[in-house]
Amino acid sequence: MKGVAEDRSEAEFGDLKPAYSRTQALVEANRCLYCFDPPCVRACPTSIDIPQFIRRIAEDNVEGAARSIFEKNILGMSCARVCPVEVLCVGKCVFNEAEVVPIEIGRLQRFATDRAYEEEWRFFEAGEDTGLKVALIGGGPASLAAAHELRRLGHAVDLFEKSNRLGGLNRSGIAPYKMKSGRAEEEVEWVLSVGGIGLRLETSIPEDISWTEIEKRYDAVFLGMGLGPDTILPIEGRNLKGVYGAVALIERIKLGSADLDGVRTAIVLGGGNTAIDMARELRGLGVEEVIMAYRGRREVMSGYAHEWSRAVKEGVIAQWSCQPLEILGSDGRVEAVRFQRLDAQKSPIPGEEFTLSANLVAFALGQQKLGNLVAGLDGIEVVGGRIVVGQSGATGRPGFFAGGDCANGGKEVVNAVAEGKAAALAIHEYLESRSD
Amino acid sequence: MPNLESNTAGIISPNPFWLASAPPTNSGRQIMRAFDAGWGGAVWKTVGQPIQNTSSRFGGLAWRGQKGVGFNNIELITDRTMDTNFREIAEVKKRFPNHALIVSLMVESKEEWKEVIDRSVDAGADGIELNFGCPHGMCERGMGSAVGQEPEVNERITSWAKEFSTIPVLVKLTPNVSDIVPHGLAAQAGGADGVSLINTVKSIISVDVENFVPRPSVGGKSTNGGYCGAAVRPIALHMVGALSRSPEFRLPISGIGGITDWSNAVEFLLLGASSVQVCTEVMLRGYRIVEDMIDGLENYMRRKGLECLGDFIGRAIPAYTEWGELDINFESVARIDPETCIGCQKCVVACHDGAHQCIHPGPEADSVPIVDEPECVGCNLCEIVCPVPDCIQMVQVDNGLAEVSWNEHLVRNLRIREKKGSHGYDMPE
Repeated sequence: MKGVAEDRSEAEFGDLKPAYSRTQALVEANRCLYCFDPPCVRACPTSIDIPQFIRRIAEDNVEGAARSIFEKNILGMSCARVCPVEVLCVGKCVFNEAEVVPIEIGRLQRFATDRAYEEEWRFFEAGEDTGLKVALIGGGPASLAAAHELRRLGHAVDLFEKSNRLGGLNRSGIAPYKMKSGRAEEEVEWVLSVGGIGLRLETSIPEDISWTEIEKRYDAVFLGMGLGPDTILPIEGRNLKGVYGAVALIERIKLGSADLDGVRTAIVLGGGNTAIDMARELRGLGVEEVIMAYRGRREVMSGYAHEWSRAVKEGVIAQWSCQPLEILGSDGRVEAVRFQRLDAQKSPIPGEEFTLSANLVAFALGQQKLGNLVAGLDGIEVVGGRIVVGQSGATGRPGFFAGGDCANGGKEVVNAVAEGKAAALAIHEYLESRSD
Repeated sequence: MPNLESNTAGIISPNPFWLASAPPTNSGRQIMRAFDAGWGGAVWKTVGQPIQNTSSRFGGLAWRGQKGVGFNNIELITDRTMDTNFREIAEVKKRFPNHALIVSLMVESKEEWKEVIDRSVDAGADGIELNFGCPHGMCERGMGSAVGQEPEVNERITSWAKEFSTIPVLVKLTPNVSDIVPHGLAAQAGGADGVSLINTVKSIISVDVENFVPRPSVGGKSTNGGYCGAAVRPIALHMVGALSRSPEFRLPISGIGGITDWSNAVEFLLLGASSVQVCTEVMLRGYRIVEDMIDGLENYMRRKGLECLGDFIGRAIPAYTEWGELDINFESVARIDPETCIGCQKCVVACHDGAHQCIHPGPEADSVPIVDEPECVGCNLCEIVCPVPDCIQMVQVDNGLAEVSWNEHLVRNLRIREKKGSHGYDMPE
């Protein structure tokens, strides 16, 4: 697969949490208490045996540490970088209870997994051929994790991806100070190295191949198509030049170059993690004034507190309790946004309007759900655009499973991996029970 | 995939990792959990006439914030009835036919030895281990280390065991002797099929300085216990190595003493052990550590191109010799990597105060220290105190002199190196 362009905008960014040297890794690994049934593991959606892999680093068995990680999470290299560890494993480290600095689990995981890539250690092989075939719709983390697991179990798999690259949001949507897109592409190769994962790139369903055809050709289907384009509010001025969807703009920063010439002030609309990422990336690329405008107060924003505090340190400004009424511009270019002030219940306060000038506006209000893609398939229930699944990813239609953002509405990479893997195991069970 | 199967005196186990006779092998339920976790064998906690234990039994040695570096105990042999133990042994063996199950035994009279050995064989055990090592409590009653310290008694009881046993007999040796070899030879003379060592070292783990009582305190009084854990490993390695290199000693060895991870196990195998037994580290971290031990051993064997344990058991023995046989002309000096040096100056103070005054501070505070190589004796102290992995390395220097041992030098008066370090300098005024 061809790599991403060298001169892309994300290349400007350094690492938020740089790689550990061997000395750093050993000191940190030896600090771990090797707790039993610990909260850090329970906080990990993929249940990585954290004390075990850390102990192996301390015992100079880095290969064993990497194996332990990948056994649970084949995307462990990217998760080491992009997981919000502050609210997952690290946030639950028992040292927090004693007000001691918690173990830097993410950086230790990165130490072991980076080494595995560097040394080209290979841990997994495809299982003995079962003669059964599974179609995976979407080429992001959920499908990749599911495909890898299914290959280990010996099932033939084909990945259908509408773009020309695999990796999904892990490639195009991760804040560049956490992971660059090139690394996500290496990870795709790592997953594919298990062998036998069929690729159907630039293939959309049902345009290029119908559901009927898919069902005819495959014994089971995994739906992992993620989310659709950014949600854009139907307000005046939304089509002006300089108005973007955040996910689309981040993708440009990641994979190409974002033209920010003449952008002095940017307004990011939203209060989630994508909004914070967008704001920090714009600041990082040199935009002098970046304002994040959110409907609620800081206490209720869905963006993580630790991410927001970093954004504030980097100079991002907040406008709480406001909602955009219209985007103003001249000569077809954005110039300002007119806002309505809201009260604590997010209701408009009559007469309280204000205008902020801006050369760029990014909508970070979430992405459209793709559940409608499968709306015609009997038995599959779609609620609010999300595909409804049971514990193991099964939908209401026999042989159809789903996981990742299209089912959970948009969570972390590690959730997608966990759901993809769980669905693969459920698909295996389903296929076995059928062949009995 | 490397083959980890281990054979010690005919006792076969899927891997060389056994649980030593101790609290982790007190009951069938525990041992079955351990086998499920991956342990290849287990030595059942010593069976004999059930005893009464004290409350307050263990003591730990903490060192610079790390607990359990050393460990001691005053717990005795099993407090469960023979009926219970042997019933459970039979049950475990039935459920885990391919794991090694060895029964540790300690009784007094010949009749009693016959009884416990017969019952062990009947229960289906793969071997028995005669506990001649326990250095506390039981020795006061003429058993344990009281037997192990007397070669004649050791040999006599071993020969009884051989008379009664149809399964391999291991003799567990005590380290509380000045030279281990005669004790290994006594077991061999008694007909033992193998030995296991070391048992615990007689010790007082610490003293409660507020209340003037040694630990562990049993209602204000204490007694000496058996010392174990990582801190005793060097003693154990020496004793295993001493037996392995003894020309008269020919028995297989099960190595015990402070094994905490895969690399320690490899050390014991390299010095001649064909299996290893672990207790303290399991008491501190649980049965689950065996997963890391197996994984680490497999990776090591793959990396070194070793297919089975036999490929490396005893591989370090040829390199273990007497001081007088070492090359007196071999010369090494310390090299400090300026790239990774963090300027802690620990090597400077160690060399100045604890060694031969050849590492000096750099030109400025915090700069990289300077090794005066012509004066460096190559003692390794700086490398030991350096906190950065591989920052200080001991490198060989070519002094042009031929290899010569001290013993050869005494006989042939060959040329040896000039002495280095500070010799006969003037005292300050």
